[in-house]
Amino acid sequence: MRESREDVQEIRDRLREFVRRELLGNPNYPLRDDEPLITGGLIDSFALAQVGVFIEQAFGVYLADTDLTAANMDTVERMASCVLSGRR
Amino acid sequence: MTFDLDCRTLIEPIVGRARRDPDRPSVVLIGEDGSEESMTAAQFLANAVDYAAALRGAGIQPGDIVILVMRQSRDLLSALWGALYLGAIPSIFPFLSEKLNRALYMEQVRMLVAHCGARAVIAFPEFTPDLVTLLAGIPCRVLATDEVRRRSVAERPASPHAATPEDIALLQHSSGSTGLQKGVALSHRAILNQVRSCGRAIGLARDDVIVSWMPLYHDGGLIAGCIIPLVCGVPLVLISPFHWVRDPKVLFHAVHRHRGTITWLPNFAYNHCARNVRDRDLVGIDLSRWRLVNAAEPARWDSHRMFLERFGPYGLKESALTVAYGMAEATLIVTATPIHESPRVDWVDTRALQEERRAVPVAPETAGSTPLTSCGLPVEGAVIGVVDDDGQPLPDRRVGEIVVRARSLFSGYYRRPDLDAKVLRDGWYFTGDMGYLADGQLYCPGRKDDLIIVGGKNIYPNDLEAIANEVPGVRPGRAVAFAVPDRPLGTAAAVMVCEIDPSAGPAEARRIESELRLRIAQQTEVTLHDVRLIGSPWLIKTSSGKLARAANREKYLREHEARDQNWK
Repeated sequence: MRESREDVQEIRDRLREFVRRELLGNPNYPLRDDEPLITGGLIDSFALAQVGVFIEQAFGVYLADTDLTAANMDTVERMASCVLSGRR
Repeated sequence: MTFDLDCRTLIEPIVGRARRDPDRPSVVLIGEDGSEESMTAAQFLANAVDYAAALRGAGIQPGDIVILVMRQSRDLLSALWGALYLGAIPSIFPFLSEKLNRALYMEQVRMLVAHCGARAVIAFPEFTPDLVTLLAGIPCRVLATDEVRRRSVAERPASPHAATPEDIALLQHSSGSTGLQKGVALSHRAILNQVRSCGRAIGLARDDVIVSWMPLYHDGGLIAGCIIPLVCGVPLVLISPFHWVRDPKVLFHAVHRHRGTITWLPNFAYNHCARNVRDRDLVGIDLSRWRLVNAAEPARWDSHRMFLERFGPYGLKESALTVAYGMAEATLIVTATPIHESPRVDWVDTRALQEERRAVPVAPETAGSTPLTSCGLPVEGAVIGVVDDDGQPLPDRRVGEIVVRARSLFSGYYRRPDLDAKVLRDGWYFTGDMGYLADGQLYCPGRKDDLIIVGGKNIYPNDLEAIANEVPGVRPGRAVAFAVPDRPLGTAAAVMVCEIDPSAGPAEARRIESELRLRIAQQTEVTLHDVRLIGSPWLIKTSSGKLARAANREKYLREHEARDQNWK
């Protein structure tokens, strides 16, 4: 259990860093893990394709395009869940 | 190609082909889930006629405006062409996305209906109850797609409405409260002239296959990715825009599978594809027959280069990348790269361009230079001029406003003669784009006004500022919106700077930013690239008290550059 909690945290950290640096263009943005990215007007829906590419490169998880939806990917938390379920 | 265009209306060639060549492939629709649906010429017409019958049954007459609130689908195509069959005037409204606020979106539909006096709205069943409530008291019928059934022969209009060439065929709107009031009214004559001149300019042939993902509410999607192929009888492969955006490989698979030969893309799409299509998704793909037209926003040399490097190994030829320039007011394009040529690239001195409005040529890649990609030569039936602020013609390599005369020019903004007077003078359309001519080729480095063009979509900064002024904590009248270049994405990005109460702490500033971003996204679908909230007087205003957007933009860019340096 302990290991998987650390795992989740590390995945979130890397995703958060990617979102801030690559998608928001502001590494200092105080992004919360539950902050809505697409519906909150922080990123465009075409960034979803970029998220898919990053997740495959960083975590070796291939997400089908049908999973790359605003509903599944709207927060760092949800992206991390997709990575975890993709690993299983 | 010998264009089958001995016709006076858009619907004539569709009807003629369904009789002469009923089994010819007409459209393949690729849905959001990747499913495919094919239609022959005869099936396509039959679907359209069902909509014409349903509209007639709802009391719609030729000349009535019909608003289509529908996602990219067979029903949208059928409703569009059904309205044209009946002689009604269709206008396609952007479809609701996950970002937009549903209630505000519906309110925009109501505004559009009220402004243009629409007599019918066609929508999917999940929208019709809301629309019926919203439009109560307005003489406008709401028609659900599932009410449109296959009609018996007796119910079908026997022949298409015999429109005259000058009759308005359709209206095009850009979004936002400003854009919705500017319905570009296009006659059959103007559109058919565009079909002919554009077809010749891009060398359209009968064995071409057009592949498009652009939304039909956009002039690129509607004219290049729907009307031109259907009128000319060139098969069309239509991809859902939502699908392409999240998974750009679908375009490449569609081109390969359907032997696609022509695709129109706004510049940002080149970057999006080059960055976000994976090698594993390109195995065995053949792009050797494909040619592309970059239109709808300024074409960037580095975007073409990136695209060619990425997809050249799959057979894409350098000569396949072409550029066109145009606007909804001229139906679609007025210039294009000459056939069998590559777009010229003009390296000019950046300072002279910005400060003296002169395009001074320099050796490629010189420090302090900018590469500008040519928009090509005027297409048949179009004349391009560049004029100074007094409307006087400028010599080559002097930057001024681009003006256009064209056989495909619009009839005016619907019910807005006041707007027509601003942009139409002595038969010339004043585009608001800044550009210059060199050896007959047109270069278009920017805008005269403050219009923000992001990914081919026009955004009026006053719409964004009006929203900001309503956000609690933003000082009313102290918000400005402008565009800055977004190089990695190959487009422009919208930025806002707002003055807020000096006593607001970081938590309050964060609340204001979130609220502002949310409202902008929900009302306009725009994602702000950056929001700067400042607790002291910052904005530059003109002597008459108006926001000086260009000056504020320069100030922002200077400060931003300094901030960028601090991150590194």
